[in-house]
Amino acid sequence: MKISYYPGCTLKSKARNFEDSALASLAALGFEVTELERWNCCGALFSLTTDDLLHQLAPVRVLIRAQQAGAGKVTTLCSQCYNTLARANRLMREDEEKRNTLNQFMTEEPDYHGQVEVVHFLQLLRDEIGWERIRAALKRPLTGLKVAPFYGCMLLRPKEVGIDSPVKPSILMDFIAALGATPTDFAAAEECCGAYQVLAAPEAGLKRTRRVVEAARASGVDALVLSCPLCEYNIGKQQQELAAPGGALPVFYFSQLLAVALGAAEESCRFDLNAAGARELLEERGLIAAAARK
Amino acid sequence: MSVFIPLGVLDDAVIRKIAEISGENAGRCMQCGTCSAVCPMVESMQPSVRQLMLLLQHGQSGAALEASTAWTCAACHTCLVRCPRGIDIPRVMEAIRQMVLRENLDRINPRGIPAETLAAVPPIALVAAFRKLTA
Amino acid sequence: MTTVKTGIAAELIPIYIMGKRYLVPEALTIMKAIEYAGYQFIRGCGCRGGVCGACSTVFRREGDYKIYSGLACQTVVEPNMHLAQIPFYPALRRPYDYAAAVADGAIVAQLYPEVFRCVACNACTKICPMDVQVMDYIGALKRGDLALAASISFDCIQCGLCASRCMAEIPQYHVAQLARRLYGGKLAPRAEHLAAMVGRISSGAYRALLGELKTMSAKQLREVYTGRQMEPAMTDESWRPDENVGL
Ligand code: SF4
Ligand code: SF4
Ligand code: SF4
Ligand code: SF4
Ligand code: SF4
Ligand code: SF4
Ligand code: FES
Repeated sequence: MKISYYPGCTLKSKARNFEDSALASLAALGFEVTELERWNCCGALFSLTTDDLLHQLAPVRVLIRAQQAGAGKVTTLCSQCYNTLARANRLMREDEEKRNTLNQFMTEEPDYHGQVEVVHFLQLLRDEIGWERIRAALKRPLTGLKVAPFYGCMLLRPKEVGIDSPVKPSILMDFIAALGATPTDFAAAEECCGAYQVLAAPEAGLKRTRRVVEAARASGVDALVLSCPLCEYNIGKQQQELAAPGGALPVFYFSQLLAVALGAAEESCRFDLNAAGARELLEERGLIAAAARK
Repeated sequence: MSVFIPLGVLDDAVIRKIAEISGENAGRCMQCGTCSAVCPMVESMQPSVRQLMLLLQHGQSGAALEASTAWTCAACHTCLVRCPRGIDIPRVMEAIRQMVLRENLDRINPRGIPAETLAAVPPIALVAAFRKLTA
Repeated sequence: MTTVKTGIAAELIPIYIMGKRYLVPEALTIMKAIEYAGYQFIRGCGCRGGVCGACSTVFRREGDYKIYSGLACQTVVEPNMHLAQIPFYPALRRPYDYAAAVADGAIVAQLYPEVFRCVACNACTKICPMDVQVMDYIGALKRGDLALAASISFDCIQCGLCASRCMAEIPQYHVAQLARRLYGGKLAPRAEHLAAMVGRISSGAYRALLGELKTMSAKQLREVYTGRQMEPAMTDESWRPDENVGL
């Protein structure tokens, strides 16, 4: 099966571990992935104003590129790309006046009417591949690993584009179970990581980091999985700013654990780009070979 | 904290302006406080989300624009999911931010961020912050 | 509009330079037309050959809402074009230590964080007189792909028009230049045949041939020069001269 894929900027730079592991997993599951040939940054956040269409240009242009590539469906990995593209797509489908204005403004592009469907990689795993098929393909079940989902915001809210219930989601829990790990819910799974406030109000952001990490610890989890490079930075990397007792709480992109469980080559996981503790945890549990230490 | 609202000022100009920018009517808020209760950033805000809605209802645009509330909001959409009046509060927050940003006033200076931070954060953090906080 | 016959056998056409109407001979470039109208260039003109980027000009056509651009030295005047030169648009280049710079995306964020404000409006691409896909190279820079940015921006002549149109106030061409410099100096694979050639030259392999040239008279030199086999105008990289004594 062929998949058309939109990576987004962060997956091409700081979050290579997210992209590479997802692509390796898809290859292991027998999918052929084609990246859009030409694309721009989606803008990361959907514009919430109704009188300004300038900030809709970026995501709509990406959708036009998907249409030009002949894709009926475009898959994203980053939660924020998913959210921004899916909402811009709804705007183009449902608001005729804005659609016309945007199409008329982009004289250099073909018209777009919202025909392309935007899906998140997790939806693809759940709805098209199915947990059973993943279970059957496991080479290295993550038995005994207590993993908690960190959904963050953009996968779930607002509900028009959420990939699961905005208040009681289960998709990541089912995913974790499918890998043979022990899915463990915790109190902050659907909370916000502080998002871009890491730059504007870092103190307020760190309170979020602390809250999420402490809640996860209280539930006795070994690691968190998530699907957004900003969440990963705020919950993973920012832990170094907390003088947290008990060492770092490992944070993974969900695709990294998928790649490990499917037996994909370990280089694809790029654990060197994760925050502290991630690779060590998997080594300790015998899920990956111990790396040569310097 | 308490919110000071002068007597006799019930001017709906700011509510109308916000409706124009965001399509949302902050006047429909019934002050139940659910938004403040679920907001992950509320402890860093001054005043709270509900109190901000009250300021708007009383036409206190100056106080609302200066308050840290909209600038501390992370656009997480938790309040939207929970508001019993179905108000898209994140849009109200965006409208408040836009009322300031459209005067060409940045709330974060891209060139003022320390070089180590710029090198460390993922592009998504920069894109998101500049979208929300620069003119 | 009536056209006037002149001694130089060209029709005169009306153009508007900064709002003032002038009659200029058709078929002149904008640059020559401006001079014909009586202006003298102190800025806004350099190579007169389409490579220096000094003469960027914007214009509108009557009955059309669009803004067009061109290099004054390359673009031919049209009747009723309304033009102004924009020889310079403020866009500051940031100093950095080239030797110490690491060639990856982080340096773009450090020197020009405003790149991340791009809204993909494409106004830059639309104004670029060199048809550079400016929005696309900014996109490449956002994702830290210096090689792609260097390749997309290759034809940029630093005219500055993109910066004049940018919604996000980015000095695009300086960032692209940063990418090209880092790519060219630190990322592009070194050409092995170049080092081999330099080695051959310094080992004295061509000294005798050069010595021969040095003894020739001007007439002989001219003959050798004009008599050499030329590469045909239309050919590909596989073309080779019949004889290659000098190499
Ligand atoms: S969400 Fe982020 S990573 Fe995804 S394209 Fe947009 S800015 Fe770039
Ligand atoms: S948790 Fe934070 S970064 Fe992640 S999706 Fe939410 S707002 Fe975005
Ligand atoms: S939840 Fe809605 S109704 Fe309740 S205080 Fe907040 S905005 Fe008002
Ligand atoms: S969107 Fe803003 S106001 Fe609403 S809950 Fe999130 S941070 Fe609070
Ligand atoms: S990219 Fe910008 S500076 Fe370069 S030629 Fe085009 S408009 Fe001029
Ligand atoms: S003009 Fe500026 S904002 Fe618009 S696409 Fe070009 S770089 Fe981006
Ligand atoms: S004068 Fe140099 S490009 Fe026109």
